[in-house]
Amino acid sequence: MTASVADPRIDRAADARPTQPRADRSHRRGGKNGARQLGRAIAPTTLLWVLAFAYGFPLLWFVLSSFKPAGDLFSFPLSLLPKSWTVQGYIDAWNSFTFYEFFGNTFLVAIVTTILTVVASCCTGYALAKYDNLWLKIFFVCILATTMLPTEVMLAPTFLVVRDLGMYNSLAGIIVPSILTATGVLMFRAFFLTVPDELVEAARIDGARELSIFFRIMVPISRPIMLTLAIFSFQWRWNDYIWPLLVLNDPSKFTLQIGIQSIVGAQNINWSVLLGASVISIVPLVLLYLVFQKYVMNANINAGLKD
Amino acid sequence: MSATGTATPRVTATRASGAQRTHKRLNHYRFAPLVLILVNVVLFAAFFAWPAIIGLVYSFTDYTGVGSFHFIGLSNYQQLFGDSAFYAALGRTVLFTLIVVPTSFVFSLLVANLMVSQYAKGKLVARIIFFVPWLISPIVSGVIWRWLFGENFGLVNFVIESLGGSAVPWQSNADLSLMVVVIAATWGGTAFSMLLFIAAIKNVPVSYYEAAALDGAGPWQLFRNITLPSIAPTSFIVILLTTLNAMKEYALFQSLNNGGPGTSNNLLVQYIYQTGFQQGQIGYASAASFVLMIILMAIAIIQLTVNRRTERRR
Repeated sequence: MTASVADPRIDRAADARPTQPRADRSHRRGGKNGARQLGRAIAPTTLLWVLAFAYGFPLLWFVLSSFKPAGDLFSFPLSLLPKSWTVQGYIDAWNSFTFYEFFGNTFLVAIVTTILTVVASCCTGYALAKYDNLWLKIFFVCILATTMLPTEVMLAPTFLVVRDLGMYNSLAGIIVPSILTATGVLMFRAFFLTVPDELVEAARIDGARELSIFFRIMVPISRPIMLTLAIFSFQWRWNDYIWPLLVLNDPSKFTLQIGIQSIVGAQNINWSVLLGASVISIVPLVLLYLVFQKYVMNANINAGLKD
Repeated sequence: MSATGTATPRVTATRASGAQRTHKRLNHYRFAPLVLILVNVVLFAAFFAWPAIIGLVYSFTDYTGVGSFHFIGLSNYQQLFGDSAFYAALGRTVLFTLIVVPTSFVFSLLVANLMVSQYAKGKLVARIIFFVPWLISPIVSGVIWRWLFGENFGLVNFVIESLGGSAVPWQSNADLSLMVVVIAATWGGTAFSMLLFIAAIKNVPVSYYEAAALDGAGPWQLFRNITLPSIAPTSFIVILLTTLNAMKEYALFQSLNNGGPGTSNNLLVQYIYQTGFQQGQIGYASAASFVLMIILMAIAIIQLTVNRRTERRR
């Protein structure tokens, strides 16, 4: 089957000699096929791993460097592996500034925002998918419009709004404005569009109230989307930089990204601390990704972003 | 007589209850969705609609963030279009976008094709390797590439010098510095676009490939004549998203070269940040923001029209 698809010439040649014994023919085909398979695998596999190396190496080099003693970081010739392994950079990073505070703040913001984003997006996505009236249509267009209004475009006016609401220099100031995300709403809308309307109708006939249909039936079946959005949202909020930078003024409220940038922005960069701090900031996301990989890889973000 | 007597009230009764029920149900249907979207409606009004409106208003004023302000007509915009720093930032932003979008497109499409290829081995591990850069924040990505491309201490220059070359000024040459940012942005952006491409490629019917292979088409022809046209809508989305992201890049530049050397790699968002928050000219920064928004919208509309037109042609 694969052989005939892979190379029609063999097939035709074989058909031209119908007298040839069957066993012989299939044997020859199989042998050639195996070699061909191997030959075909070499080029893509090599290319894949060259690229994987190129993508993986910068981080590998970075992580290995973070285990070098501060004095060895700049000693030529550079070596890939540390001559003596140390975690001093990590200890220094953790103890310098108020790094554990940055870490805690970032964690708090990412978790709270993620929960709120998932709840709000789920509700809105369901309403947009399963109800139909003019106001919902208008609101859907509004949601689409927010993709054209990223934070960066409205820095000044949004900052004034947050300040006037009394959220300047508080974690609420970075949580509340980030709850509404078009991607989240569109992901849930796309998912609920695939849920048959009959399910809702049947529940209505059974006398269920609209909101309890949503909470008892729809919320539980949307769990995979919730996890997917939760991972995305956690990653977005963990990595946010410009908005926390604007809203937060008090170093005890800083998030990790601002903390790291403050090390980079210093006159003389303390690379040992910087390497340690950066690696620490990556670890939670990598763990999260490794645990929930399939929710990220199977994410139908395409459907969510398309309509 | 008696029959009609009993029948009539029953009919009216059912009709009444029916009308009542539909009325009630409609009420229900307005009430339930309203409750469900309420939170996001409030958030939309407070953090998107209202800022957009006051942003537009402030762009015609001399507001500094505190105290009173005066309407000064179009003079913010006049000042903006007369500012060479603004043109420099705009030009640099466009240049960055024009380089990073095709680069990122090619690499993510290449990786996506390899990831769906039945011949490539070790895809599970490779997938994780390709994905990790996407997890890393722009700030930390900037640090990673700064570490690699440091002029005096970086590995890249060390390798170049070991091979007999001379140190390349990755930090002090504006164009080379921009190139490093392009590499870092491509590195970080590949995984997301790749995910979109993988989904699209998997949706192409296998029978197309089988039919073409029977006609003797090679891998390149299969890609060129089947994959590429079939995933055109996804390619459009990817180009649109990477363009918008590139136009508003900020954090990566901050940590990689701090918009330098000097101010040569200041992009639009950095220009807005500096004028608005470091110099306190909220009105002026609002005007600059509005110009950026119009550019983003223009890009989206142009790409949408082009996409529609090509789809209609097919």
